[in-house]
Amino acid sequence: MTPMRIAGHEFTSRLILGTGGFPRLGTLDEAIRASGTEMVTVALRRIDAAARGSLVDVLDACGVRVLPNTAGCFTARDAVLTAKLARDAFETEWVKLEVIGDERTLLPDAVELVAAAEQLVDDGFIVLPYTTDDPVLARRLEDVGCAAIMPLGSPIGSGMGINNAYNLRLIREGTALPVILDAGVGTASDAVLAMELGCDAVLCASAISRAEDPVAMARAIRLAIEAGVLARGAGRIPQRRYAEASTQHEGAPEFVHPSDPARAPQA
Amino acid sequence: MIVVNGRDTDLSPGITLRGVLDSVGAPGRGVAVAVDAEVVPRGEWDVFRVPDGARVEILTAVQGG
Repeated sequence: MTPMRIAGHEFTSRLILGTGGFPRLGTLDEAIRASGTEMVTVALRRIDAAARGSLVDVLDACGVRVLPNTAGCFTARDAVLTAKLARDAFETEWVKLEVIGDERTLLPDAVELVAAAEQLVDDGFIVLPYTTDDPVLARRLEDVGCAAIMPLGSPIGSGMGINNAYNLRLIREGTALPVILDAGVGTASDAVLAMELGCDAVLCASAISRAEDPVAMARAIRLAIEAGVLARGAGRIPQRRYAEASTQHEGAPEFVHPSDPARAPQA
Repeated sequence: MIVVNGRDTDLSPGITLRGVLDSVGAPGRGVAVAVDAEVVPRGEWDVFRVPDGARVEILTAVQGG
């Protein structure tokens, strides 16, 4: 696969792995390696003296880039503060910007999202916004200087896949930025579809971390992304309403069976 | 009174942020601190003195999508 570029940085892998939901750090470590990912998300939370093992050590050992998120923020103000704290903690300007507007669906708050993105870009951040599948909002995010567009396929952790392929196509057509499907992937076929629709990458967490066998699913989604990229490049056939035979009709024999009533009696 | 991660502490006002971090056993990296909803960069932890009534948030990396 050709590499993907985000903000001038080249990635060979087109899978960004969310680290949320893995039952053990050991499983996360194995899944990162099986996925082939080069960048994983982390969140910031209050320090817990009882926490066992260091997430940062695992990520270091795997040699992956850290993409901090602003999960749990409901206002631009809190998201900007969280991004700044993450920059200090991880020494990175990269941020997966999440500004949530609804607790039940975890859908983004478009107004707060654009406001936060604008402030963070002005402050030198490389902003990767988690957004709805709204093509107009995607354009607004591009206008304020985001480094990629990360539309959802369906709500976070829902595993419903891509609910509106039409909108994803419009987002793809409307921007030169990388488009990364972020949220909704349930299994490998969703990742294939995302790539066939023209996405540059897929970000997923729950589909892998909460699978019965996270390491196997990590490999499955890695291969799915590869399959989707190849299929898109190969150029699919148009969809038709009725069949179109792939075997020519010319030269087909005309069989006449002895029992056929039309058969002429032998002299 | 200094509030650290939502809990009242008996730390004395005027303590450095480094002192507060030591009191919770914070690791040397992957940590960020906000005092009264403002980032205090790690370069200032040794000299920043925490005022009375301050609310300190000490954060670190956790798994998250």
